[in-house]
Amino acid sequence: MLLALQTFGEVATRGGVTQPPGETLRETVEMGVRAEAAGLHAFTVGEHHRVDYPVPSPEMVLAAVAARTERIRLGSAVTVLSTDDPVRVYERFAMLDGISGGRAEPMLGRGSFTETFSLYGFDLADYDRLFEERLELWSRLKSEGPVTWSGDTRPSLVDAQVFPRSSTPGGLTTWVGVGGNPQSVVRAAAYGYNVMLAGLGATPERIAQYVDLFDRALAEYGRPRPMVGLGITGYLADTDRQARDEAWEPYRHRMTTISRERGFAAPTRASYEQSIDRSLNLIGAPETVAERIADLARITRVDRIDFGMDTGGLPIETRHHAIDLLGREVGRRVRTTAAAPLAVTSA
Amino acid sequence: MTGPGSGPDTVGIIGAGKLGTTLARLLVAGGYRTLITSRADPIFVRLAVGAVAPGAEVLTGGELVEQADAVILALPLGALPDLTVSLSTVLTVDATNYWGPVDGGLPGFVDGSVSHSESVRALLGASRLVKAFSHLGYHDLDLLAAPAGDPGRVALGVAGDESGDVAAVAGIVDRIGFDPVALPSLAAGRALEAGHPVFGQPVTREELLEIIGVATPAAA
Repeated sequence: MLLALQTFGEVATRGGVTQPPGETLRETVEMGVRAEAAGLHAFTVGEHHRVDYPVPSPEMVLAAVAARTERIRLGSAVTVLSTDDPVRVYERFAMLDGISGGRAEPMLGRGSFTETFSLYGFDLADYDRLFEERLELWSRLKSEGPVTWSGDTRPSLVDAQVFPRSSTPGGLTTWVGVGGNPQSVVRAAAYGYNVMLAGLGATPERIAQYVDLFDRALAEYGRPRPMVGLGITGYLADTDRQARDEAWEPYRHRMTTISRERGFAAPTRASYEQSIDRSLNLIGAPETVAERIADLARITRVDRIDFGMDTGGLPIETRHHAIDLLGREVGRRVRTTAAAPLAVTSA
Repeated sequence: MTGPGSGPDTVGIIGAGKLGTTLARLLVAGGYRTLITSRADPIFVRLAVGAVAPGAEVLTGGELVEQADAVILALPLGALPDLTVSLSTVLTVDATNYWGPVDGGLPGFVDGSVSHSESVRALLGASRLVKAFSHLGYHDLDLLAAPAGDPGRVALGVAGDESGDVAAVAGIVDRIGFDPVALPSLAAGRALEAGHPVFGQPVTREELLEIIGVATPAAA
């Protein structure tokens, strides 16, 4: 079981005061460097176009991390393919792949925000068609031969060559991020891409059903089994109490902003505690989190867990400590327990 | 509690995405003959439903409307104008929501002078339209279904203008694991829309009644 660190590069604040975006970006790069030192398998960064997440191009952060690391794999989570040009995305990630020595892992998705449609001049009525068509074009680009393609959402290509070629045999290691629509799992399987399932709000049993769907769809399309991962959120500190206390304020801030935009109720401390107790929001001491991850791995049969940590309101030292605990303490326990049949340790 | 033999026996769902497949699972578990349809690639739909909502039958939209006693709209609001089936006489359950960033351009839903589900009723010409399943996220529906009598059982509002149809949908709500709370009219369903306190908030029957503050007849 592989363990990765995922972040949206949430804006850094100190004592409630927002730091300049450059500070957030440098701290996000530091998180990636720290993740390698802590022994994590991958570092992934989300694309956003919002004041609270100043990272419209994850691959730029990842390139900076690449220059300072040797081993850790570098992915987006996700790249909003619907409103980006697949040719340009492929070019940029092929560059990252070259700079990092074959460590680039673009993750393609639709994202959960829609700012890019108005920013880049797309019509939300084309939401599905844009993604489906661009995912198909991506599969041609991934072959890295001359591409001939035509569709409705982009000018046609005739024997087009895209440079640089990636450093990865068979083309860039590609993931598709799936938010919960089972048909998206089937679509990813049809192309043979790796799949990252969004975990928050779902139960392990439901995730297991989606992994089963992925296997059935791969069989239907005659594809070998790529990787399937699970994206969750969480936070670590030395004790459960401390982790819950430290992560509460960043959680409150983030969820209050989003609930206001989407018209649902703002979080309370009680709803926060509930989200930890009964959904895939893994906040706690390393032994607690490791136990839950081991359970998740056993029930869902995923190959990788991407642990999302967005706590821009906390000092960078505190966040680095959380990354160390994830990579070293949780990582050690998960590696140990995953080797043997696991006992059911929590409800 | 609606037992077998009273109320709808066959429930159809239009849309096989997150909400549609979640409702399909709950309906199958509740003992309903469950039908589902989607405009997506038929192979995708067959695989998806087979894996995550086993027991539900995949049909065409026309077959579904013909065979179902009640039809649930579990698709994005923006997809409603493209529906080709006629819902003029079948009991129709509106589970859609208006979400500004995505649905901002849809005429009839922008100014908010008419409640969401009344606008859907007008758009579709669905005379027997009842609003339900729209104010809790699909994850919560999945997670919180509980048997009748469970002290923490979560409530779902059911709003409509015809008491018989409201009672029929309330029966479905009850049988798949939630306490139905009947609202006095379709227009009163506005209390369940985004931006109102119960939206996205799992609450019990007593809490829901207190928050929306309407006197309601006892649910079916």
